[in-house]
Amino acid sequence: MARFVVRRILSALALLFAVSVVVFGIFEIIPAYNPARAIAGRNASPTTVEEVSRKFGFDKPIYTQYLNTMKLIFTGQVIDYQDDLNVVDQFRERFGATLSLVIPAGLLWLVTAIVLGSISALKAGRLVDQGLMVLAIVGVSVPVFLLAFLLLYLLAFKTTIFPNTGYVGITVSPIQWAYHLILPWFSIAVLSVGFYSRILRSNLLDNINQDYVRTARAKGLPARQVFVRHVLRNSLMPIVTIFGLDFATLLGGAALVVETVFNIPGVGQYEAQAIGNLDVPPILVGSMLTAFFVVVFGALADLLYALLDPRVRLS
Amino acid sequence: MPEHLLDVENLQVSFATEDGLVRAVDEVSFTLDRGEVVAIVGESGSGKSVSVMTLMGLTRSPNSRFGGSARLKGRELISASEHELEGIRGKEIAMIFQDPISSLSPVHRIGDQIVEQIRAHEEISKAAAFDRAVELMERVGIPRAADRARSYPHEFSGGMRQRAMIAMALSLSPSVLIADEPTTALDVTIQAQILEEFKQLRATGDSGVIFVTHDLGVVADIADRVLVMYAGRVVEQGTLDQIFYDPQHPYTWGLLGSITRMDREPPRRLPAIPGLPPSMVNPPAGCHFRPRCPHEFARCAEVPALESRVPEAPGHSDRCWLELAEKRKRRVINGRIGLAEGTVIA
Repeated sequence: MARFVVRRILSALALLFAVSVVVFGIFEIIPAYNPARAIAGRNASPTTVEEVSRKFGFDKPIYTQYLNTMKLIFTGQVIDYQDDLNVVDQFRERFGATLSLVIPAGLLWLVTAIVLGSISALKAGRLVDQGLMVLAIVGVSVPVFLLAFLLLYLLAFKTTIFPNTGYVGITVSPIQWAYHLILPWFSIAVLSVGFYSRILRSNLLDNINQDYVRTARAKGLPARQVFVRHVLRNSLMPIVTIFGLDFATLLGGAALVVETVFNIPGVGQYEAQAIGNLDVPPILVGSMLTAFFVVVFGALADLLYALLDPRVRLS
Repeated sequence: MPEHLLDVENLQVSFATEDGLVRAVDEVSFTLDRGEVVAIVGESGSGKSVSVMTLMGLTRSPNSRFGGSARLKGRELISASEHELEGIRGKEIAMIFQDPISSLSPVHRIGDQIVEQIRAHEEISKAAAFDRAVELMERVGIPRAADRARSYPHEFSGGMRQRAMIAMALSLSPSVLIADEPTTALDVTIQAQILEEFKQLRATGDSGVIFVTHDLGVVADIADRVLVMYAGRVVEQGTLDQIFYDPQHPYTWGLLGSITRMDREPPRRLPAIPGLPPSMVNPPAGCHFRPRCPHEFARCAEVPALESRVPEAPGHSDRCWLELAEKRKRRVINGRIGLAEGTVIA
């Protein structure tokens, strides 16, 4: 266990380093990229731009710039170029909204995928299964922004069943919070439900003919118990791993499309704005945060996997 | 007539496949009493596993068709509802499978898997059921059972896993125990130990055992009566001695001829029955063994009934048209039993 933790921490550090170097490097290659100009403003004189460049150290060699930026990030002093806001504070403030979006959405897609995947497997080849397969393909193929806009247009604009974008904190009003988030949750969940339910269906069908399932039936267990305790239990493992990774990227800001469309002040929305402005610090912090979550949730998924399957060892 | 523990009459099982209807089991009849071991022998695909799994309703599917009857203490199994069968499976009829590693759930502790079966049939606390599981494991010779009950199947050796399967099968003292090739996946030394467990079980006289195998050595060791199956049909049945010392069907001769014997000079090559078992979609008309049988003659185009053909042994029946004297003459090849001269390459 100790070895497992140490190994994961080391790999997290390596990953953070690699991600930060790559993201930092990308902006050096972008031709039109001039952070000093962005900070000084569109109408600033060349001398002002030069001054800004010197003040922020943009004239220094790239590795010095990189080290300075890392220092600022890890001491929590880094600011974005667009609005002079402290990036770490921004992420901290916006994280609540992202959690509000991502945690229920994750639960929603996991539970729905397990239910639909199970129905598909139990009715394999029948009409229900084929119908669910079509829905899954639609769910996987429809672009998130299109789905989000369609939902908004139909359910918040044409008919005003749901509020037209916006976010209310859970501490302000739990009901308004949920009311505002139903469409965003749904938008995020649809893609994953399609994907997960298909994976689960094929796992279930692989397991349903296994010898130990026959044993479970031979023991006289009721059909429901055979399915839940033996077939489903043995089919969940692959789902656990991909869920950990998908959930991690969403926490790091991968919900940026949904956050932008529904105007939810989460980390994804902030990152989306930063990308539009070529604003390096938020993009850098966002990427590193995602990398960090991927490592942490990857490790959690492995732990859970080992709990679910005693044959798996952590070393 | 006294009622048998298990009475299988004219059992038929077929499966609808893309290639057509597969007649996996055709007119199988036998009885089983307490304290008795009935062995079902035959090649892979002869229908022996399907027959016994059908008794527990484990072959039910939208594509399977059943005929005939199987009565356990007078209760019909073939037409029983799924709910009724759930109460019978594991409690009245328990089954031990061939491969104990794939037949145990990899993610549940051994003890818990036994507990699950006990609690499926009895209102009993988890702790009490667990104690009973440990007792059962001790009884079948698993050392340190209290600790081992908390282990997972992959932490057990093959022999211990099969013992655990036996403990599980015995957990509710079933009246019928079906063992489907329980020793096939084990080393010979472990095989001998497991067979010892079955003999002890038989000695208690509580249960009847159906022992499915293709290993005639095991049959000789444990069976009271033997059913020889070929291509879905029973081709011969009788007591152990009748089958081993007075075999009537050429297929049985072939089976007996293909085993090595410690008390004879070993042949340079082991004799084998030439050819392959027939397609079960389109089985040959008449006797199913006809295409492989060197003794085939015109009458074999007609299906021989399974009936007694040895006057002095009414319980011994077979499906072969040959005259009794002819059979007794033809089956002796170089002083031992075999299918035909050509198949024994000495």
